Amino acid sequence: MSRVLDTAAPRRRGRVPAALLIPAGLGLLFLVLPLAGLVVRAPWTTLPQRLTEPGALTALRLSVQTATLATVLCLLLGVPLAWLLARVEFPGRRLVRALVTVPLVLPPVVGGVALLLVFGRRGLLGGWLDATFGVTLPFTTAGVVLAESFVAMPFLVIAVEGALRAADHRYEEAAATLGADRWTTFTHVTLPLVGPGLAAGAVLCWARALGEFGATITFAGNYPGRTQTMPLAVYLALETDLESAIVLSLVLLAVSVGILVALRDRWMAGP
Amino acid sequence: MSAALLDARLVVDRGTFRLDVPLRVAPGEVVALLGPNGAGKTTALRALAGLHPLTSGHVTLGGVDLDRPASRGWVPTERRPIGVVFQDYLLFPHLSALDNVAFGPRRHGVDRRAARATARDWLDRVGLAGHAHRRPRQLSGGQAQRVALARALAVAPSLLLLDEPLAALDARTRLDTRAELHRHLSAHPGATVLVTHDPLDALALADRLVIVEGGRVVQEGDGPSVTARPRTDYVARLVGLNLYRGRAEDHGVRVAPELTLTVAERLDGEAFVAFRPAAVALHPSRPDGSPRNTWAGTVAGVQRHGDNVRVQVDGPIGVAADVTPAAAAQLRLIPGQRIWVAVKASETHAYPATG
Repeated sequence: MSRVLDTAAPRRRGRVPAALLIPAGLGLLFLVLPLAGLVVRAPWTTLPQRLTEPGALTALRLSVQTATLATVLCLLLGVPLAWLLARVEFPGRRLVRALVTVPLVLPPVVGGVALLLVFGRRGLLGGWLDATFGVTLPFTTAGVVLAESFVAMPFLVIAVEGALRAADHRYEEAAATLGADRWTTFTHVTLPLVGPGLAAGAVLCWARALGEFGATITFAGNYPGRTQTMPLAVYLALETDLESAIVLSLVLLAVSVGILVALRDRWMAGP
Repeated sequence: MSAALLDARLVVDRGTFRLDVPLRVAPGEVVALLGPNGAGKTTALRALAGLHPLTSGHVTLGGVDLDRPASRGWVPTERRPIGVVFQDYLLFPHLSALDNVAFGPRRHGVDRRAARATARDWLDRVGLAGHAHRRPRQLSGGQAQRVALARALAVAPSLLLLDEPLAALDARTRLDTRAELHRHLSAHPGATVLVTHDPLDALALADRLVIVEGGRVVQEGDGPSVTARPRTDYVARLVGLNLYRGRAEDHGVRVAPELTLTVAERLDGEAFVAFRPAAVALHPSRPDGSPRNTWAGTVAGVQRHGDNVRVQVDGPIGVAADVTPAAAAQLRLIPGQRIWVAVKASETHAYPATG
C-alpha cells in the first residue's frame, strides 16, 4: 500500500497551465529581446575604435564623475534623512516619508523643470545664489550633479531606511549603556550594522544617477564635455550616427549588468 | 545592612500596567528581581539603566539622582555609571570580542591602547584570553555570555545590571556559567541587580531576593527565608510547597469555611500555612486515628514528578501530594475519584501573614 502511495505521489502538481505559461514566455521575450537586439546589432569590429573616440570617452568620464559626485551628495544628505525617518518620532513623519518618495514617481522632466524654477537664474534660490556667491547651477556640470541627485536620492533613502528599520535598535541601547552618545553610537554601531544595506543603496543610487536623462537635459542642457552625459550622448547620436548610439548603449548595458552581478546576493536571492 | 549604594523607587506607568518597586542595594550586594513573565522585572531594569524614564519615584546611585521626575532630575543612559548584560548579550557583530570589551573604556575617554589592555585583562579574567579576535558569531553561547559580562564590567560600573543572564544557555552550559558568574558577581564591588524568572539562578547568584508580581514587590528576603516562608502562590510554586492563607486562632488556621488546619505553631490573626507535597498522605477511605488534618477530595490530576507521582486533589482546598509509584498503583488514582487527604500537624509550618 505504501509503495503504491509513494509512486503515485505527484512530483509536480499537474502541468503548468498554458494560459499562464504563454504570457510568461512572451513577457520574458519582451524584456530580453531588445537587449539581445542591441548586442546583435553592435558593430563589434569597430567597437574598440568607437569606444575610444574622444566624444564617447568624454561623455563616459563625465557620466562617471557626476554620478559619483551625486552619490556622495546623496550619502551626505540621504543617510541622516533615512536615520531621522527610521529612528526619531516626530509629527508629520509619514508626510515627510511620502515627500521623500515623490521623485521616484515624478517624471524626471518635471523634476528638471522644478529644479529650474528654484535654482534657475531667476529662480527662488538661484537668483540669491547668483547675487550673493556668483554661483549659477543650470547648464553647468554642478547642475548635472544636482539633477541626478534629485532623481537618485529616494533610492538611497529608502534602502538605508529599510536597513535601519531591520537592524536591531537594541544594539544602540547597548552602546548607550557603555557610554556612547548618539553621534558615536551612529558612527560606531549603527553605520557598521547597516553597512551592507548602505552599500546596496549607494550602488542603486549611483546606477540611477548614471542613467539619468530627463531631469539632466531639462536643467543642465546638453553641452558636450560639460553637461552631456552618456544617456544624453546616446540620444544625440541616435539622430546622426546609429552605430555610435549602439556602442554607447552597450556600455550602459554592461554597467547595469555589472551592478546586478555585484548585488545578486542582495536582490536576486530567490527562495 | 550598610548604607545603600543604590536607592530607588521605580514607578513606571505603561497603559493599564503600573510598576511600583522600591529597591535598595548595598555596595557589593547582589539582588535578584524574581518574578513571572510580565511582572515588570525588565521594565525595572530598563528604568535603572535610563532606557525607560520613570513616571515618578527616583533612582539615586551613590547619592546622585539619576532619575527623579519630581525635580526633573535626569542623567541619560550614556552618562550613568552602569554596566548592563542584556538577555541575548547584544555583542556588536562587527567587532571582535576584544573590541567589544574595549568599546566601553574607549567611550569613557581611555585611549585605544589602554582600552585594549583593559579589555585583554578582562577577557583573561573570564577565561577567554585566547578568543580575543573572534567575532561574536564565532563564539558559543557560554563564551558570548562571558564576553558580555566582561564588556559590562570593563567600565568598572557602580551598578551592574543583568537581564536573564543565563536564560539563553542550554542546561549544561548554564550550570558551569552560573558558577562562574557567581564568582564574578561576588567580586564586583558595586551594587548588582539581576532579573530572572528562574528561582535556581536567583538563589545561586543573589544575596537577596525581591519577588515581583504584577508590578509590585510581594516578598523580599534572603534565599532561606523566602524558600521557607513563601507569601504568594507564585513563590510557593517556585519552591514546591502547598501554601494557604487563613485566620489563625491558637493551633488552628481556618483555611476554608469548613476546614481548619491544626498546626504546630501557636498563632493569632492572619497567617500562612505551608507544607511539602511529600508530607501529604492519600487514603482510599477515611483514615482512623492519628492525623487530625483530614478531608475528602477528588483527584484532579496525576503526573510523574521526579521519582514520585504528583497528585492534584480538589476539595475545600486544592492540594498537591507526592506519593510513590507503588502507592499510586495501589490507590488506582484516576481523575474524578474520591479520596481522603491527611497531613500531620508536625509537618506543617505556619507563620503570620503580616510583617
